[in-house]
Amino acid sequence: MADQPNEALLRVEDLRTWYPIKTGLLRKTVGHVKAVDGVSLEIEAGKTLALVGESGCGKTTAGRSILCLENPHAGAVWYEGTNLLSLSRKELHPYRQKLQFVFQDPMASLDPRMRVREIIAEGMKSFGIGKTQQERTARVGQLLERVQLNPNHMWRYPHEFSGGQRQRIGIARALATEPKLLICDEAVSALDVSIQAQILNLLRDLQEELGLAYLFITHDLGVVKYLAHDVAVMYLGRVVESGKTERIFDSPQHPYTKGLLAAIPSVDPDRRTEAPPVTGDVPSPSDPPPGCHFHTRCPVAFDRCSQETPELAPFAAATGVGERSRCFLTQDD
Amino acid sequence: MSPLLEVNNLTTSFPGAFGEIPVVDDVSFSIDPGEVLALVGESGCGKSMTALSILRLIPKPGQIKNGEILMAGRDIRGLSIPEIRGLRGHEISMIFQEPMTSLNPVVTVGKQVVEAIQLHERVDRAAARARTVELFERVGIPDASDRFDVYPHQLSGGLKQRVMIAMALSTRPKLLIADEPTTALDVTIQAQILGLLRDLQAETGMSILLITHDLGVVNELADRVAVMYAGRIVESGDRRELLLAPGHPYTEGLLKSNPALAQPGQPLPEIAGVVPPPSEWPAGCRFANRCTRAFDVCERDVPVRSQITPTQYACCHAVAKEQRGG
Repeated sequence: MADQPNEALLRVEDLRTWYPIKTGLLRKTVGHVKAVDGVSLEIEAGKTLALVGESGCGKTTAGRSILCLENPHAGAVWYEGTNLLSLSRKELHPYRQKLQFVFQDPMASLDPRMRVREIIAEGMKSFGIGKTQQERTARVGQLLERVQLNPNHMWRYPHEFSGGQRQRIGIARALATEPKLLICDEAVSALDVSIQAQILNLLRDLQEELGLAYLFITHDLGVVKYLAHDVAVMYLGRVVESGKTERIFDSPQHPYTKGLLAAIPSVDPDRRTEAPPVTGDVPSPSDPPPGCHFHTRCPVAFDRCSQETPELAPFAAATGVGERSRCFLTQDD
Repeated sequence: MSPLLEVNNLTTSFPGAFGEIPVVDDVSFSIDPGEVLALVGESGCGKSMTALSILRLIPKPGQIKNGEILMAGRDIRGLSIPEIRGLRGHEISMIFQEPMTSLNPVVTVGKQVVEAIQLHERVDRAAARARTVELFERVGIPDASDRFDVYPHQLSGGLKQRVMIAMALSTRPKLLIADEPTTALDVTIQAQILGLLRDLQAETGMSILLITHDLGVVNELADRVAVMYAGRIVESGDRRELLLAPGHPYTEGLLKSNPALAQPGQPLPEIAGVVPPPSEWPAGCRFANRCTRAFDVCERDVPVRSQITPTQYACCHAVAKEQRGG
């Protein structure tokens, strides 16, 4: 597996991140929380992949594992022909410049004791972008202008900004190292809808201008529809369906995807949800049901679903590459 | 039919460095028996403060400065402390966004509901317990009698919200105030809770004051909608007419900036600028500096109601001008 046929900027293969459950005096490992248990996805340069799922499905852990902020114990993360998981900390450093993170809560991710200039210039310094202080300051000003903030505000502290403005600072900070891929973890979820629209438009403009790729981690399917080219739907640690955004919204294959889409409250007054499309609660990730994880809530489950685990594979009606579903009913055997 | 709750010219304010800041400013609305009214707006618009004013639960040093709140014809502002306690929970119940912070973590969920029942009614423990289990079953908690003795942390977010709903309904209130009841929940669980609230409303005939920022949730549950911006109601109407033909530019902006409705390849219509903090609310129409239809009068005069249909009105100079044919 030294090299890989490559058109994707980033390819994740069967990623698994498990956390041990330790108990007793000797901290014996008695089991694992399989937060990420089989995530495969591909992101093309300049495109957006949305990783969608409900809370606790492992989407954030997956994003953090890709950047090696967690320790995945199996799988591969191919970035331009290199498996990031095989690198040492030191070897990984240059790649961190190209893969940056934008967090959900800009207040918690910006150091309250640092001025905006320091926050944005820190990464540049680390990767040797801008030779002198002056050069870096000038670039910080440009970046702030690019995210539609007043460059003179670089001498202020994070608490002096509103939520939307802080998210713009978080984006400027990520852009400072000239990345190729931004991992945005619920980047607009904490914002009011009028501000959310502003940030979404900014992200789309930046993508067009700089050719950025996004891994957009979110629970909000409306945002996905607007921003994403491709979608991967996660349920309890596994990707259960992936494909083009339009196809997923028009003809979802997996029963979970169908339920998720039907559960979005619509603003069309003629359309009200009659009955809740998915019943029951999400099972605990430390004790997931056997077989297909979704079978306990699935309206069309049958015997085999609780005994065998379906593979993420092209479904019967699939037309393109990457169009996959993890359900016995959508696959021919 | 006389309304169950009538709020007239309510003003609730907090002391600021330069005088009183009215976070709820001259708000009027009413709810009929069995009606679901949604109060919609972004954070800081005063929708939660309006709800807390109704229960006289405004955090200090805030206070109601003006207006009247009539519950079945009786002004809540004039009630004594024991009287208002009898009203809370008995006639008006409230459920909150965060079920975890509103439940006591060291008391079992069943006991908390029993406590609520016994606070308002003379019933013995066994009867209260039986009623609690019945309520748990009604709100869709699986294995209801087993769940009586669990602690809040042992339940998922959706189940905790069901416990909160059971507690709120235990005294058979006439009005339920639901403050962002599904905001902290996942979308599949949200659909379940909205369905439950709708069923319970139909069954008990209670009224609901729904507070939310999400127009999708409004559509799922509400009969009528009032939109708030910067402390004031800017538009009100039936769910259908307001969602199909919003009059106020702010309502229109809120609807259009929903990313689920975006046209492929088109930028998402956004509302420029930010919601100003209460201390910086402009004179005249408070939305004027973000409005695409604003003209000279807007920044000077506070707009009054312009009736669009018998049930829908907007407080907007542009709408008024249009109606005058200008």
